[in-house]
Amino acid sequence: MFPQAADWVRSMTTFAFALLFLASVAGYLLNLRAARQLQGSGARLHSLAGFHGGFSFLVVLVPGFIVLILWLLLQGAVINALVLRSLPPGTTDGLDPGAVQLIVAEIRQIAGGRIFGTPEQWKIDAAARLTALRDTSATLMVVVVGVMSAVLLILSRMRVSPDFRARQGTEAIVNGLMIFCSTVAIFTTIGIIASLVVETWRFFGMVPWYDFLFGLRWEPQMPIRADQIAAVGAFGWVPVFVGTLVITVVAMTVAVPVGLFSAIYLNEFASPRFRAVAKPLLEILAGVPTVVYGFFAVLVIAPALRDFGVWSGLPIASNTALAAGSVTGVMLIPFISSFADDTLSAVPRALRDGALALGATRGETVITVLFPAAIPGIVGGILLAVSRAIGETMIVVMAAGLIAKLTINPLDSVTTVTVQIVTLLIGDTAFDSPKTLAAFALGLMLFVVTLGINVLALRIVRKYREIYD
Amino acid sequence: MADATQTGIGPRPVDWTSEEIGARVRRRKASEMRLKMVGLAAIGFAFLMLAILMVSLIATGWQAMTQTHVRIDVTYDPALINEANPARSNFRQMLQNSLVAQVPGATAEDGRALLGILSNAAQFTMRDRLLADPSLVGRTVTLNVPASDPYDLLNKGLIDHETPEELRRVKDNEIAFFGALAAQGRVTKPLNTTLLTSADSRFPELAGLRGALTGSFYALLTCFLLSFPIGIGAAIYLEEFAPKNKASDFIEVNINNLAAVPSVVFGLLGLAVFLNWLGLPRSAPFVGGMVLALMTLPTIIIATRAALKAVPASIREAALGVGASRQQVVFHHVVPLAMPGILTGTIIGLAQALGQTAPLLLIGMNAFVTAAPATPFDPATALPTQIFIWADSPERGFVSRTSAAILVLLGFLVLMNGLAIFLRNKFERKW
Repeated sequence: MFPQAADWVRSMTTFAFALLFLASVAGYLLNLRAARQLQGSGARLHSLAGFHGGFSFLVVLVPGFIVLILWLLLQGAVINALVLRSLPPGTTDGLDPGAVQLIVAEIRQIAGGRIFGTPEQWKIDAAARLTALRDTSATLMVVVVGVMSAVLLILSRMRVSPDFRARQGTEAIVNGLMIFCSTVAIFTTIGIIASLVVETWRFFGMVPWYDFLFGLRWEPQMPIRADQIAAVGAFGWVPVFVGTLVITVVAMTVAVPVGLFSAIYLNEFASPRFRAVAKPLLEILAGVPTVVYGFFAVLVIAPALRDFGVWSGLPIASNTALAAGSVTGVMLIPFISSFADDTLSAVPRALRDGALALGATRGETVITVLFPAAIPGIVGGILLAVSRAIGETMIVVMAAGLIAKLTINPLDSVTTVTVQIVTLLIGDTAFDSPKTLAAFALGLMLFVVTLGINVLALRIVRKYREIYD
Repeated sequence: MADATQTGIGPRPVDWTSEEIGARVRRRKASEMRLKMVGLAAIGFAFLMLAILMVSLIATGWQAMTQTHVRIDVTYDPALINEANPARSNFRQMLQNSLVAQVPGATAEDGRALLGILSNAAQFTMRDRLLADPSLVGRTVTLNVPASDPYDLLNKGLIDHETPEELRRVKDNEIAFFGALAAQGRVTKPLNTTLLTSADSRFPELAGLRGALTGSFYALLTCFLLSFPIGIGAAIYLEEFAPKNKASDFIEVNINNLAAVPSVVFGLLGLAVFLNWLGLPRSAPFVGGMVLALMTLPTIIIATRAALKAVPASIREAALGVGASRQQVVFHHVVPLAMPGILTGTIIGLAQALGQTAPLLLIGMNAFVTAAPATPFDPATALPTQIFIWADSPERGFVSRTSAAILVLLGFLVLMNGLAIFLRNKFERKW
């Protein structure tokens, strides 16, 4: 009986959207015809007929769409609350929020037709109520949208008159929509900060913040009793952060020299034909998805390094930081090289010509004149690359280690902030265990560190541009 | 001037032919050459890495382009058919008996080993045939079924016969049985259509990308439907209408910073806000598309603004001059002229979104799903997350399939970027 109910909800939702859209089109056509008739009868309209139609279209569509989206977003929470309240008295007394969440989840599973074992009768009843509530909600949604559209349709139709400033009305709505679009970026930032800060706050309720910031041990997978975690201090992020730095240093050791020297060559020595071929080829390296680099590190680089370790007697771990770090470095080569190329090109022509006129070779011009002049921009670019290396996820998830070990030896296996975030959150996530919340605390640190580096880098780059503008 | 040198005032005359100067010039030329060589070596290193990457992917990936099939004659033995419920008949035993009968030198004890040659799919194929045509009972039919992973590798020459038998996944007698089947002409190696037509499976020989492709399609569609209108709306407002004040500056700084936020943080946002707070379904391509839309938004906004900026002011002034309103100017004249640039930026943004893995992992799009999603709200994987799952799988057959999946992904990326370049070259105007 339950799955059909989901179909009902689905078809009602589709129907609501279709209804809204049809009503908007109807509004457009009705107002367009009315305005044309007025025109035909010799009236001089303030606005073109199309604006009358557009006004009605937007007046019907926008509020209905907002109501629909809000309804879909909020109905889940309301229905959950109603179902919880309708449970037999006493069932949720004294349970912590996590356990209540579990009950709700189970009821939803039953309502979805996925019944495991034999649930208690009150759960089955609650699932039936949940389904009924969902049906009612879907039906009510269609009714509300239908009534609203009808009312707005009639109201906007009544506005059609020669004096009505439909263009101003339409443009005001369009302007509002565009302002909303621009604020989506702000909402995204707020969403990121809010989700990270709220979950981190909950995490610090379970693990003291000083243990997280200064702890030297990271063992989140250990099955410790909840009251012991703080005492054991298994959530210290220092080794994870040090591991991230090790991989970043390895990556920059590969990316910075290769990137800078290829930029110098492309900028100063390469023939235009070579440049036209080489630059896009280099850019391909930047376009390859990171998951591909991760597989490349596992398939080719790590075995090669392992063999080299066996051959040379060096103690190279099987998932050494060198593998993940060097592949991350390869990924960042085009980033640094095109940034350095652009900055070198941006150095005023006069400096270059002056050096060449004094008899300096091209190489001497680059090294002694252009490069020092471009240093701030290049440093900014390198900092941006560092922030990318720190935030890089898939390569390290696939090729770096999982165990946090406090070491700066790149031959060893280290783990990174992003690896821990992904491994802690892959699979089932319960939002009440410190294990899950620790990932958000790491995410917050990652966000803060990368944002700080980016802001610093952009400031350096901007200052540099000002010198020559 | 001539006597200045004679009286000793001014710089000493330089003998450009002296040994000292010659050495200096040689030194300078050598260092020039060195710099050139180091630069070339750096570019060469980058190209070498690109070449190794492509060669290793193609070298392992082409193995997955074919799949070993075995043709066997199976008898629907009436003794093993479950009369009441034909679907639950003992197909394994029927297969085993047929194999023992057909492989020369095999005895009943070898039945299990022989069964291992065939993919697990064989019994389900048998079942489906029987259910479709109940008159098959007692008759013998020819089945062409995929070989299991170890024998597929064996047939492709990927199993080293020099390895000691106990370390090998196929033993000597098994190799002999397979050889006997091959000698009868029963082993073929047709194109591996499974790779594109079926969804994920635990068995490499049955695993395909259909679920991942559908999931990625739904996610990209959602991403496009959200980020394209919102991105264009935001870019038009910021470029054409926004007053120059603190609020607009704040929005701009925000957009630039969002472009540099690590992708995994967007995954955390999706997990906390979309899944936990709003209760949207886990593993759904729709939610994945929403997260990708937020990540793509800065790219689209920045590209659109650049395209709008490139439209000359004379167009705007002309339109304003004949009495168009500011919005009419923008929507009737500026945006259509900027459209090629906007589309190019959007396609490049979508191509980036297609390769994103980490945010999709965090919202659960690494689920094991054996059917393609019917709607964007069903659990699914995406192309990059499928690559991640296969790369993590221990079966050796998945190595070549991971490479093949990567080649498919790269193929789509090349296609999308090619389209973007085509659009730019074909429609972009120089003013």
